[in-house]
Amino acid sequence: MPDQNRDILLEVDDIKGYYKPKNTSSVKAVNGVSFKLKEGETLGVAGESGCGKSTLARCISGLFNPPLEYEGGRVILNGRDILSLNNEDLRKDIRGRKISYIPQSAMNALNPTAKIKTLVWNIIHQHNPKVTKEEAIAKAKRRSEELNLPTRILNEYACEFSGGMKQRIVIMLSTLLDPEVLIADEPTSALDVSTQKVLVKMLHRLVEKGLAKSLIFITHDLITLRHACDRIAVMYAGEFVEIGTVDQIVFDPVHPYTNALISSILVPEPGIREKPLKVISGKPPDLHNPPQGCKFYPRCEAGGKDEQVCKEEQELREVKGRKVKCAAPLLDSKDENYEEVSIHAE
Amino acid sequence: MQNNILLKTDNLTKVFGTGSDKVTAVKNVDLEIKNDSIVSIVGQSGSGKTTVARMLLLLLKPTSGRISFKNNPITDLSRSSKIKYWQQVQGVFQDPFASFNQFYRVRKILEDCYKLIDKKKTKAEKLEEMAYALEEVNLDPDDVLDKYPFELSGGQRQRIMIARAFIIKPNILIADEPSSMIDACSRSNILNALLNLKREEDLTIIFITHDMGLAYYVSDELLIMKEGEIVEKGDAVKVVEAPEHPYTKQLLNDVPVMTEEWL
Repeated sequence: MPDQNRDILLEVDDIKGYYKPKNTSSVKAVNGVSFKLKEGETLGVAGESGCGKSTLARCISGLFNPPLEYEGGRVILNGRDILSLNNEDLRKDIRGRKISYIPQSAMNALNPTAKIKTLVWNIIHQHNPKVTKEEAIAKAKRRSEELNLPTRILNEYACEFSGGMKQRIVIMLSTLLDPEVLIADEPTSALDVSTQKVLVKMLHRLVEKGLAKSLIFITHDLITLRHACDRIAVMYAGEFVEIGTVDQIVFDPVHPYTNALISSILVPEPGIREKPLKVISGKPPDLHNPPQGCKFYPRCEAGGKDEQVCKEEQELREVKGRKVKCAAPLLDSKDENYEEVSIHAE
Repeated sequence: MQNNILLKTDNLTKVFGTGSDKVTAVKNVDLEIKNDSIVSIVGQSGSGKTTVARMLLLLLKPTSGRISFKNNPITDLSRSSKIKYWQQVQGVFQDPFASFNQFYRVRKILEDCYKLIDKKKTKAEKLEEMAYALEEVNLDPDDVLDKYPFELSGGQRQRIMIARAFIIKPNILIADEPSSMIDACSRSNILNALLNLKREEDLTIIFITHDMGLAYYVSDELLIMKEGEIVEKGDAVKVVEAPEHPYTKQLLNDVPVMTEEWL
């Protein structure tokens, strides 16, 4: 099939994935997410716990294991709709090879009784049975060097490494098959800042050198995304509510939810102590039964909101150069209507 | 003026293990916690922060050194004096999953606080106070009182620990990574719950954290720990804006900030 959009590597179109446990109603964890990913691009996905970030990763890689079920939408990789493939083809051709997914705390799942080179061999042999063991290990060596990892790791066991090192090894393993899309779910969350920095640098290098053609970086830590990504998508209750470049999202958010998230970031910078700490009241909606229209409406305290308009179904639309799903976006980005708590007020 | 100082340690040291397995987790820590202040102990994983917290809470016996509370030594207390101490010094722990008895409902967990403070209150009064405490931490009493801890999320559990503090009303609250497992929004909620408590009562808070942003935001004073030792201490603004120790500088350099490039 001819490739119409050469630049666009991955297109996700209105994907829906619901959890359907027995005996209870389904949970609409991912409810219509669309975006495009270009070659060489890093997309960050941010949002509160439970907003569907990890489920989105599973949907994109076609990992619909019960109770998660496919509910609609397409994932188009290089012009091919991968979700129309049967499970066996998906496993052989796509998962691991074209789309490599590093689940949350994957580093704790490394087999402690196998040397890293055995893991390398398992991965490569499963997907390319013709490759010899020597070739596989030689490739892992090259890859480790490219990622500034010492090659001795191949002869050691996973339990001999620290958390940060394990996470880096997982990333090295995940790129062995030269994936088109690498999805990293909370790769930095369990690590301390110095290790986080090393890891983010490594992810950068990986995309720069084309070891993975593009990267989806999922985390609740917006400040990491600020430095790690080209674009950021903010997710709330199973939907993308705002997607734009780092500068647009971090320095000039227009969705009230994005604004609240950005305002809750605390960094050791002069001036931060005087900043009031904004709080989003209430809690995220119950995804068994999400509210009509804007999902954030019940918690939203933006000035321009109007019940009638906000309770209608919203589409992502273009506002100030980025896409946003909000009937009353913050156009003069300083909306001070959130509950403010300042502890250093004199 | 000594009166101002609530909690003080001299050469506090903790050694785990013996012989070649010996690990000095905390080495000669001297700290002074002033009344009605917020102090943060910051350091990376494995720097001994939690060990200091556990010793201050009398959950771990120091290998050597002294701790004094309101000028009275508390290193060797009897069980009953420890209970008196715990009425005044309470903890919020790092792992909200391991903090509660899984077989007790939230109601029972909160009622047990009254065993510690020994107040002769009627059941109705207790219930009212419990409901108030839960509301203060942004939880709905009707919703959570009859739940078991495993039915709650990590953030909710951490808030229940803070609700206990509202009932016990201690002088000092030692919060060990109160925000480590949650996203920035829930963190603001928890922080607000703690600061509300501080505003209502005369409360001193000790934060144990690796989150430099949080520590800088809330603290009056910062203590930077590395490999069991305090390498720098002082006024929070001074430590962050003009760090002296190379380790503090490195730590600050590694923290991602908004306006400057990180990588």
